[in-house]
Amino acid sequence: MSTHTHHHDNDFLFKYIFSTDHKMIAKQFLLTGTVMGFIGMMMSLFFRIQLGWPGESVPLLETFLGDWAPGGVLAPDKYLALVTIHGTIMVFFLLTAGLSGTFSNLLIPLQIGARDMASGFMNMLSYWFFFLSSVIMLISLFVEGGPASGGWTIYPPLSALPEAIPGSGMGMTLWIASMAVFIVSSLLGSLNYIVTILNLRTKGMSMTRMPLTIWAFFVTAILGVLSFPVLLGAVLLLLFDRSFGTSFYLSDIFIAGKALEVEGGSPILFEHLFWFLGHPEVYIILLPALGITSEVVATNSRKPIFGYRAMIGSILAIGFISVLVWGHHMFVTGMSPFLGAVFTFTTLLVAIPSAVKVFNYLTTLWKGNIKFTPAMLFAIGLVSTFITGGLTGIILGDSALDINVHDTYFVVGHFHIVMGLSGTFGMICGVYHWFPKMFGRMLDKRLGFVHFWLTITSAYGVFFPMHFLGLAGVPRRYYSNTAFPLFENLIDINVTISVFALIGGVAQFIFLYNMIYSIFKGPKAPKNPWLSNTLEWTTPVEHIHGNWPGEIPEVHRWPYDYSKPGSEEDYIPQTVPLGPDEKDEGH
Amino acid sequence: MSASTETLDNKKIWGGNTSPFGISYGKMMMWFFLVSDAFTFTGFLVAYGYMRHRFEEVWPVAENVFTHFPFMHGDHPLLYVALMTFILIMSSVTMVLAVEAGQRMKRDGVILWMALTIVGGLIFVGSQAWEWGHFIHGTELGALQLADGTIVQWVDEAKNAFMIPGVADAVTGSEAAAMIAQGTEIYGANLTVNEYGVPLFADFFFFITGFHGFHVFSGVVINFIIFVNVLKGTYEKRGHYEMVEKVGLYWHFVDLVWVFVFTFFYLV
Repeated sequence: MSTHTHHHDNDFLFKYIFSTDHKMIAKQFLLTGTVMGFIGMMMSLFFRIQLGWPGESVPLLETFLGDWAPGGVLAPDKYLALVTIHGTIMVFFLLTAGLSGTFSNLLIPLQIGARDMASGFMNMLSYWFFFLSSVIMLISLFVEGGPASGGWTIYPPLSALPEAIPGSGMGMTLWIASMAVFIVSSLLGSLNYIVTILNLRTKGMSMTRMPLTIWAFFVTAILGVLSFPVLLGAVLLLLFDRSFGTSFYLSDIFIAGKALEVEGGSPILFEHLFWFLGHPEVYIILLPALGITSEVVATNSRKPIFGYRAMIGSILAIGFISVLVWGHHMFVTGMSPFLGAVFTFTTLLVAIPSAVKVFNYLTTLWKGNIKFTPAMLFAIGLVSTFITGGLTGIILGDSALDINVHDTYFVVGHFHIVMGLSGTFGMICGVYHWFPKMFGRMLDKRLGFVHFWLTITSAYGVFFPMHFLGLAGVPRRYYSNTAFPLFENLIDINVTISVFALIGGVAQFIFLYNMIYSIFKGPKAPKNPWLSNTLEWTTPVEHIHGNWPGEIPEVHRWPYDYSKPGSEEDYIPQTVPLGPDEKDEGH
Repeated sequence: MSASTETLDNKKIWGGNTSPFGISYGKMMMWFFLVSDAFTFTGFLVAYGYMRHRFEEVWPVAENVFTHFPFMHGDHPLLYVALMTFILIMSSVTMVLAVEAGQRMKRDGVILWMALTIVGGLIFVGSQAWEWGHFIHGTELGALQLADGTIVQWVDEAKNAFMIPGVADAVTGSEAAAMIAQGTEIYGANLTVNEYGVPLFADFFFFITGFHGFHVFSGVVINFIIFVNVLKGTYEKRGHYEMVEKVGLYWHFVDLVWVFVFTFFYLV
């Protein structure tokens, strides 16, 4: 643990910038993640304008994008750039680092009863590497040729040949550099989360007394440690192909009628390596969101979480299965039908633990004394998107059914609902729920309700119609969805999607306003605003280094003793000793 | 509190603040880091296997490529790399002895064994550089790259006939002369050309042994830093030599990875 005593001259610098306090680092992650999230969202609005009203001049685009939208019409290569960076930012910067970084950092020490992370210094490094990688990614927007434009999955050859498309040059190099730094950040963070959870739990906090948030963060961190190094390997090989003339991923390709010098490589190899990370990455995003939801749903239903052990089991099962399913992204790469069947089988297995989770949420809500806080609404929203998105996952996970909707808007609709919306809802839900803990003030509830209803309406308004586009055969990533006579009659759907996207975008600014206003002017938060059982609500509202002014509290029960028969209050914090004849559900 | 709860408290409930595995957080971090790093190497080796399988017919045989031994003439297939491997494994043994001496708080023992470990590591890195040098330099004879990119080996020093990989008979006479005229002679190997056969062999060789060599080199640097600390008596004052143990874990890992690299590149 760091000492602050000798930094009196530089209090500001070490309190707010180079802090090793996990609560401050959590806020730093939240701030950076939010900024990146808004940038990513604005990008999606820009290219939705192009898709809804293709070729029409929208002066606002030129105001924001300058050269990228001459005369108010988004340039085709910049459309690809926006799509690529939107995906990259949302997947990695908002929903991986932003989500895990904020809530793992905030909640792990507070909910397990530790003074800080195992290594505060490494934790600080983790944030600063993340910051650096964000900066590199943003710089790549301004280099010659624009940022990487080959899609967030950066498949070769577009990513391996610097001369392939404008974004394949400097922009792609910076993308790789940014991700390498990002992986270091993720590794430092994950190692810290894992050992903190294993080694620094307070007295009485056994593994089966941990809140489900902590279980989710724990498995997420392990997944990160296992899958990100493979991405690192993949991009290092890519870097060699780009810069040193190797041909790991490049085969004899003709460009402008001339065959490339390289030979023998295989772009499919990259896909295997990439998706070995890429699929666990989905669960790196989802699990923390699901963990947060478990906590929020139980607290606001005033009921114990249904099937606590089944929830832990399903988190572990999802984590395990997630590293065995990557092939379902590659059904159309000429994979052997037998292998396709194997990946179909493993993929559909994920439905079992996912269904366990969904049913447990529903049964927790069932006959609960539900408190509809904004956090609770977003948690319920997550359960909803997890179901609707999961159902289309069954179609896409089947190698035979996947082929006719592969690379269409059906896929876009599916993963945005199941991963994008669920992850985002989980993160927003977490912000509403733990805002009082982070900033000592309350968010405005009414604005929260407005934010929720606008968000869920527009979210479904955007992504639900995409399934119809996909079934009609509209390919994803095209500059214009209506340029072909075949798809001309679908223009109305595209306009609808874009209108909902714009509404949803505006709604997020309500949230942003609510956050900024409440940080400074919100009403002071009580110590335990949601009458919750977990340890973080036993710490003082004003943050102190070391979390508890006196001794670390001892834990006597599991965290879900809500509305326990025989108790006067409808909640019993974990620090309350078991009464006579009382049984602890955690064991 | 009833009797049943009390037994539950004493026997089943987590005591807090110590590790379930009985090790410090730093050592546990090292373990998880090694798992992570192992996945990086696994990714590379799987990629290597994937490509080698695609080019099974024309993949160069390591025994024909790595035949040199310093200061000795003639063919000594894989002899030098076997020696390198032996030295690296011996440096793992000396590392174990250093850790063991540390556990007994014998500073002199730690100094001796760590010094030997560092020397072993340096010899390995140096040998690898020598082997790279030879591989890059290539043979006296070189090879011929045909106009279509195929790499073929000369039959003899006259350089008027060559063997196409996967084909039993040599190409000779006027047919060979025409193809030789259009092709280019190449010597040695680098990331784009490889006189021993498919360039991917050289790509993977340089990349994976290079990545491993980078690990060994960082291991030597880290070992050296810890060695200096041991000399200064830092761990004597701290009361334990756990840092030696942690870098020891890393060192063993690097050696273990080499066993796999050696197996897949040289033996199989």
